[in-house]
Amino acid sequence: MIYSLCLLLILVGLYGVVASRQTVKIVISLVIMQHGVHLLLLLIGYREGGSPPIVDSGQALTSFAGLSVDPLPQALVLTSIVIGLGVLALMVALCVRLYERYGTFDVTEIRRLRG
Amino acid sequence: MGDFDMFGVDIRTLVPLFVAVPLAAALLIQLITRERQLLSGWLTNVTMLSLVLMSCLAIGGSALYHLGGWPSPIGIDLRLDNLATLMLLVINTVGLAVSLYSMDYMRRYTATGHFYSLFLLMVTGMNGVVLAADLFNLYVFLEVAAVASYSLVAFGCAHEELEASFKYIVLGSLSSALILVGVALVYGITGTLNMTQMATRVAETGMDAPLLLAFALFICGFSFKAALVPFHAWLPDAHPAAPAPVSAMLSGVLIKAIGVYVLARLAFNVFGAGDSELSLLRWLGIVSMITGGLLAAGQNDIKRLFAYSSISQIGFIVLGLGLGTPLGLVGALYHLVNHALFKSLLFLNAGTVEYATGTRDLRKLGGLNQALPVTGATSLIGSMSIAGLPPFNGFWSKLIIVLACVEAGYYGFAIVAVLVSIVTLAYQLKVQRTAFFAALPKELPALLSKPGREPRLMSLAMILLAIGCLAMSLVVLGGLRDPWLIGAAQQTLSAGPF
Amino acid sequence: MTTERQPGMSMIVRTVTRWLKGPILLFGIYIVLYGHITPGGGFGGGVIIACAFILIMLALGAQHGLRLFSIGVASRLDSAGLLLFLVIGWLGTGWASGYFFANFITTPPEAWFTLFSGGTMPAMNIALGLKVASALFLVFTVLTALKIAATPADEGAG
Repeated sequence: MIYSLCLLLILVGLYGVVASRQTVKIVISLVIMQHGVHLLLLLIGYREGGSPPIVDSGQALTSFAGLSVDPLPQALVLTSIVIGLGVLALMVALCVRLYERYGTFDVTEIRRLRG
Repeated sequence: MGDFDMFGVDIRTLVPLFVAVPLAAALLIQLITRERQLLSGWLTNVTMLSLVLMSCLAIGGSALYHLGGWPSPIGIDLRLDNLATLMLLVINTVGLAVSLYSMDYMRRYTATGHFYSLFLLMVTGMNGVVLAADLFNLYVFLEVAAVASYSLVAFGCAHEELEASFKYIVLGSLSSALILVGVALVYGITGTLNMTQMATRVAETGMDAPLLLAFALFICGFSFKAALVPFHAWLPDAHPAAPAPVSAMLSGVLIKAIGVYVLARLAFNVFGAGDSELSLLRWLGIVSMITGGLLAAGQNDIKRLFAYSSISQIGFIVLGLGLGTPLGLVGALYHLVNHALFKSLLFLNAGTVEYATGTRDLRKLGGLNQALPVTGATSLIGSMSIAGLPPFNGFWSKLIIVLACVEAGYYGFAIVAVLVSIVTLAYQLKVQRTAFFAALPKELPALLSKPGREPRLMSLAMILLAIGCLAMSLVVLGGLRDPWLIGAAQQTLSAGPF
Repeated sequence: MTTERQPGMSMIVRTVTRWLKGPILLFGIYIVLYGHITPGGGFGGGVIIACAFILIMLALGAQHGLRLFSIGVASRLDSAGLLLFLVIGWLGTGWASGYFFANFITTPPEAWFTLFSGGTMPAMNIALGLKVASALFLVFTVLTALKIAATPADEGAG
């Protein structure tokens, strides 16, 4: 059931990308979509009643592996968040530059390339 | 599976250097030489030359490199096998030619230190994608290459470049999100990210519905990267608008390294695709071929024409991949190498034309054979290769793909492939006729006497690629063919642990 | 108390920032250094360090912030951080197990879970923290505080 909420978030982001008229809104919708994907990835690593994936001193590794949630998706999501940050910075810089050149944030007016 | 290649050198130590060396060079350029154009240019060229030498050393070898010493399912692996060697050689050779070219071409731009850093970062990403042995590192290196390419497309900050880059980055991020959902699904189903282990688990359970969904998501995501129709919308804007060396890298290697290569790996080595999944690839290939070819014929902008032609040729490659037979794979990989060479050559030619005349419009160009002799000669070689005229390399690879279609029983596809080749010939002849062989138009009278219109390093790069095209046409005669192409094809076909 | 317009935000925000910039920076450094024991490490700690400088820039004015951490320094620290990371990784190839990013400093089991355990990991965390902090600060500064010139400027990402 909760996976469908993640899917809803992804679809909301996708709708935003497709239907937005402004470049900044497209960027925000992409960020929402990426958040949805990260949540999905995190939830896949969840275990009912699991403990956070931090090894206490003196804890044996086998009991740790039996108790904690899966740490691998958390590492993947961390990496993906940082990648998303880099792409976001680039997109925002592009939006700023586009405004400088075309004078508008409106995607329907930024249309010099055709054919 | 030894770690030594045919020269007896231990290539296990070489494997991480393919990723570490261009990354270190990119950072050094940022630190030390950013203001000094010439030094950063030479550093880039030296790096690319060393990468080419390393790729040559790696031919015929295979190695599995465990990062950090951690054993296989736990740790991150880098794997070098025949297909990876093929891709590495293609990426680094085209990269060397392009970096030679950009020494002269990028003089017209400012902040070229950043250009060389971004270029080396893109090469790092592509080398990493080719060497990665687990799915998430493949995604990370893919993003490195993609972000570098988004920046490079927007490099000159002119109107068209920014607009094209924005379109590219939005569609690219969308496809990366799709790919990440696919990775999440596959991890949830198989419990591992290591591609070897994933292949064994997929072989045990078979392609049930969730895995099929993941496979479909991967095909959607990577078809965006490979610019297959209907996911091609960014390419005709991004490739023409970018500076010429960037267009050559993008069209020549990037869409193959992060698109076609990953599709081949996933379809054959990881998912062990059966005929129903491969038929999807075949149809994508056919539709791309036809659409790209027809849309290219109506263009007046040289680079836009070449961009649509790239879509068409990638369609050929993916059709060959989708056939699934050894002959089809050999044809597809051979065409991949050929297309990398002649498409980057054609884009560099278009760049030289734009550098010398200031326009890309076919209706305004003419007489370039007299004005730009090296460009004229190399573009003739490139055009004849891509059109598939014997005895150039394009002819042999297209012939192999057509024969593979006939052998597998898809006569309709074979006929379509031949027809699309004729269309390719038509629009390449149009370019040659109007731009190169026609008389010099009235608007470009001073061109014949303009000094420095064809700088030496740009000519050298184009000549290198043309020699590469001619050399690849000799590959068919055996000798080099066997360890390289056939080995790569067999590697790709063998599903399961490798 | 002066009534002229000062750069940055209101008096309350400026005072609180002057008190808080030290603890925020210290917290960020703590997260980076203890990255092998507690969650965080290079990425998270680097973001917090960058946030300290961004807060200074927002509250006390762009000039003040740039005087503390100029763009040239940030750019050089950015590349130097990642180069340091690569060098530490490459050093792993010279040692016994001979792989990139191998952890060649071993710690005895008594020293586990303390600050000076973990081998090369704290060093790599520090390098990453430097890189992420300067990169994020650079992104923020270039996007907001610079007058956009006619020539193409660099992107802060990557």
